[in-house]
Amino acid sequence: MAGEARDGRIVVVGASLAGLRAAETLRDEGFTGSLTVVGDEPHPPYDRPPLSKQVLLDEAPADSTGLPVRRDPDAEWRLGVAATGLDPLARRVLLADGESLPYDRLLIATGTRARPWPDPAGAALDGVFTLRTREDATGLAARLAAGPGRVLVVGAGFTGSEIASACRKRGLQVTVAERGPDPLVGALGGTLSRLAALMHREHGVDLRCGVTVTALLGDGAGRFTGADLSDGTRVEADVCVVALGAVRNVEWLAESGLAAGPRGIACDAGCRAFTRYGIVTDDIFVAGDVSRFPHPLFGYQMLSLEHWGNAVAQAEVAAHNMVSPGPLRRPHLSLPVFWSTQFGLNIKSVGVPTYSDHIVIAQGSLEAGRLAMVYGYRGRVTAAVTVDMAKSVDYYRHLIETAAPFPPPPGAADRALTADIPLPSDVPDPKGLSHEPVVALTGHLPDRALMVVQPPG
Amino acid sequence: MAPGTLLARITDYASRPDPYPLYARARAAGPVLRQDDGSFLVGGYHEIAALLHDPRMSADERARTTPTPYEGSRDASFLRLDDPEHHRLRTLAMRPFGPPHSPHRVDAMRGEIARITEELLAGLPADRPVDIVDDFAYPLPVIVICRLLGVPREDEPRFRAWSDALVATADIRPGEDTTEVERAGDRAGAELRQYLLDLAERRRGRPADDMLSAFVNEPDPSLRLTSQELAVTAALLLIAGHETTVNLITNGVLTLLRGPEHLRRLSREPGLLPVAVEELLRYEPPVHLRERVPLVDIEVAGTTLPAGTSVMLALASGNRDSRRFPDPDRFDPGRADNEHLGFGSGIHLCYGAPLARIEAQTALGALLPRLRTARLVEDPPPYRQNAMLRGPRHLRVRL
Ligand SMILES: Cc1cc2nc3c(=O)[nH]c(=O)nc-3n(C[C@H](O)[C@H](O)[C@H](O)COP(=O)(O)OP(=O)(O)OC[C@H]3O[C@@H](n4cnc5c(N)ncnc54)[C@H](O)[C@@H]3O)c2cc1C
Repeated sequence: MAGEARDGRIVVVGASLAGLRAAETLRDEGFTGSLTVVGDEPHPPYDRPPLSKQVLLDEAPADSTGLPVRRDPDAEWRLGVAATGLDPLARRVLLADGESLPYDRLLIATGTRARPWPDPAGAALDGVFTLRTREDATGLAARLAAGPGRVLVVGAGFTGSEIASACRKRGLQVTVAERGPDPLVGALGGTLSRLAALMHREHGVDLRCGVTVTALLGDGAGRFTGADLSDGTRVEADVCVVALGAVRNVEWLAESGLAAGPRGIACDAGCRAFTRYGIVTDDIFVAGDVSRFPHPLFGYQMLSLEHWGNAVAQAEVAAHNMVSPGPLRRPHLSLPVFWSTQFGLNIKSVGVPTYSDHIVIAQGSLEAGRLAMVYGYRGRVTAAVTVDMAKSVDYYRHLIETAAPFPPPPGAADRALTADIPLPSDVPDPKGLSHEPVVALTGHLPDRALMVVQPPG
Repeated sequence: MAPGTLLARITDYASRPDPYPLYARARAAGPVLRQDDGSFLVGGYHEIAALLHDPRMSADERARTTPTPYEGSRDASFLRLDDPEHHRLRTLAMRPFGPPHSPHRVDAMRGEIARITEELLAGLPADRPVDIVDDFAYPLPVIVICRLLGVPREDEPRFRAWSDALVATADIRPGEDTTEVERAGDRAGAELRQYLLDLAERRRGRPADDMLSAFVNEPDPSLRLTSQELAVTAALLLIAGHETTVNLITNGVLTLLRGPEHLRRLSREPGLLPVAVEELLRYEPPVHLRERVPLVDIEVAGTTLPAGTSVMLALASGNRDSRRFPDPDRFDPGRADNEHLGFGSGIHLCYGAPLARIEAQTALGALLPRLRTARLVEDPPPYRQNAMLRGPRHLRVRL
């Protein structure tokens, strides 16, 4: 068995972070068979986090973010061609160019794409951007460099906030429109989102919360000129960035029989995909943003994460399991970790902040703009978010991993006065946000779409 | 030997050439050991890392409730302060040194460091064995930190005396009366601070390209250090800026001379040097022990560390913990996954690490060709008294 698992044909669909790390790990783990990596983007794997940070600040060109290759995965790269279907019975991946690739084991790592502006006419206006790919970033960076009069950012999640921050750093006027009460509220809850709002305003962002953008406007010649908001106001701007979260790239699996829906492809802790009947497959694995998987520290709820670190860790586990016999397989249990930089602040999150009922500010303070906020659920620590205090993250990670009691124990030298006064965590229903949260607990929402996937168009 | 006396054995000068078997015993006896004097010794990697990250562990010796024989008058630098004070001072001290305000400051010194290295190598005596410490590993970081801070190099003998006295107070000698050492340290500290303040004052309004100038000429009043803070911080940077790097370079030379196969490999693969320096920081770290004090009772690995007791974190022992590093007693210049404790960890992670790395990489890289035919005159070499900052006092080598 062990020998068998090390050869044969493996196909990886998705040639980005998770796909590359999985391919490297397959070879590290002794896989000697044929390996094919399919990606619909024309580029070798590249890194996305810098796209909304260094690239928009002109500190690095978008084509400089290629991912370092840890070892040559000795793979056949099929770049610039999309997988369009999966025949699990014949074990074939169908490609847009009409070819089909046979496999013995398959890894799905197709990630997500930017959620487009819902009205195609508005989305097509010159000056309207989303930000997910290298091309998006190149185009947007060029527009920002040209010095637009104002930029409108729709959605104040992590990506929207980072874009607004980059605009301000470049001295550009920027308006941010967010349907929720404050920026980042979906990911971090009410208290920290108020600090985020303060940061936006202190840095000169025209922040409008509790409003939606009702229409993107053009000048008749196809150029974006501004937008109407639900409060009756109009914003005049030359550039618009639609930062409404991400859509999982699962449509190509509509006929596959897999449990693939808008919240991702469900898999077990060993990264094996489920069929839509909840039966685990043994030859199809999932990793990265496109997956949803159960996590024991969070009540075995299914988690959807859009985290760089998760894509890497899950890809490594998936690859290991693809070439290992059952008893040697490992679970993907790593704790979710996410970071962001905006307005000169470093935000780091560990655990699942939305899996909480209460919070305390355990160290530092909102006033100082430097703090550690700890999230609890039914009396135990389930997450922590630090602002400019990243070196404290490991301590809280340990508390989460050991299900330490909430609120966390006293004694920190810079413990806040409020550290013993738990407040409601105030995590809103994601339905009220204009963007998707980057961490979603999906297990508690009976997901009808899990059964029926609408093919696009 | 009882585990309750291990710390005394480790700090005993006789153990200086090779404390590692004692660390191994400490780890075998339990990751957290109560010592006979009531203090604690922690030798396990994971336990040390957890305590370095624990915000309830104080770096401030004033948090000790157990009696200390001597109450000194030294002002605490950020090295021995807790957040938020630590953060404020460290951030201000970082402004002219590193990111985000001076992102390329240290990197831009590469050329200069290489030049100083070449000068020192060119001046090595030909008629007698070279003392790697006195002739090379000590002057290099001294010249660099003087240049960076804006301290005249000619004053080296003065601050060397102060530095020696201060570093002696950073040593621990369980059971010994250290009052005299502490007093001398206090005097030296006061003199050093006054000296640095005078230097800085001369830069006021006449800034040169150095850190003292940047400190006194900071335009934003909210970002200015008080003169007391400036003196304490500059003293810390001056001392920490060379007392550790000298050990790193010297230990590097010693390790390479003891393992000619590593010398050969590094000569073949010079690109490996940065990785090899990390391994050196794991295998022979300049800083062996750090003290912390729990602010409340803290439980680690089933042992309660009572609030106010002295807890010695044996960083060098953690670096050799087989639960963290495979084959830990082997020096492997290509070691991957090397998250060592050589620079500490957590909020006090070494401020000067980027500079120390460049200095060690440059120094060892430049020495490599000469070391291939070199021989140690004595092995083990004579060591410095200090158990916390461990390194050879001399390292005589025939090049
Ligand atoms: C602007 C931006 C900033 C970010 N910042 C951070 C950050 O600061 N911190 C953090 O933790 N995370 C951040 N992230 C998230 C992080 O980049 C993702 O978690 C990570 O890219 C996920 O990797 P993945 O391989 O799972 O998916 P993706 O990177 O989405 O890759 C999937 C790949 O599959 C391709 N593909 C899709 N469908 C098909 C198909 N049918 N056939 C062939 N190929 C297909 C896609 O085109 C894509 O190349 C950021 C993301 C963006 C966009």
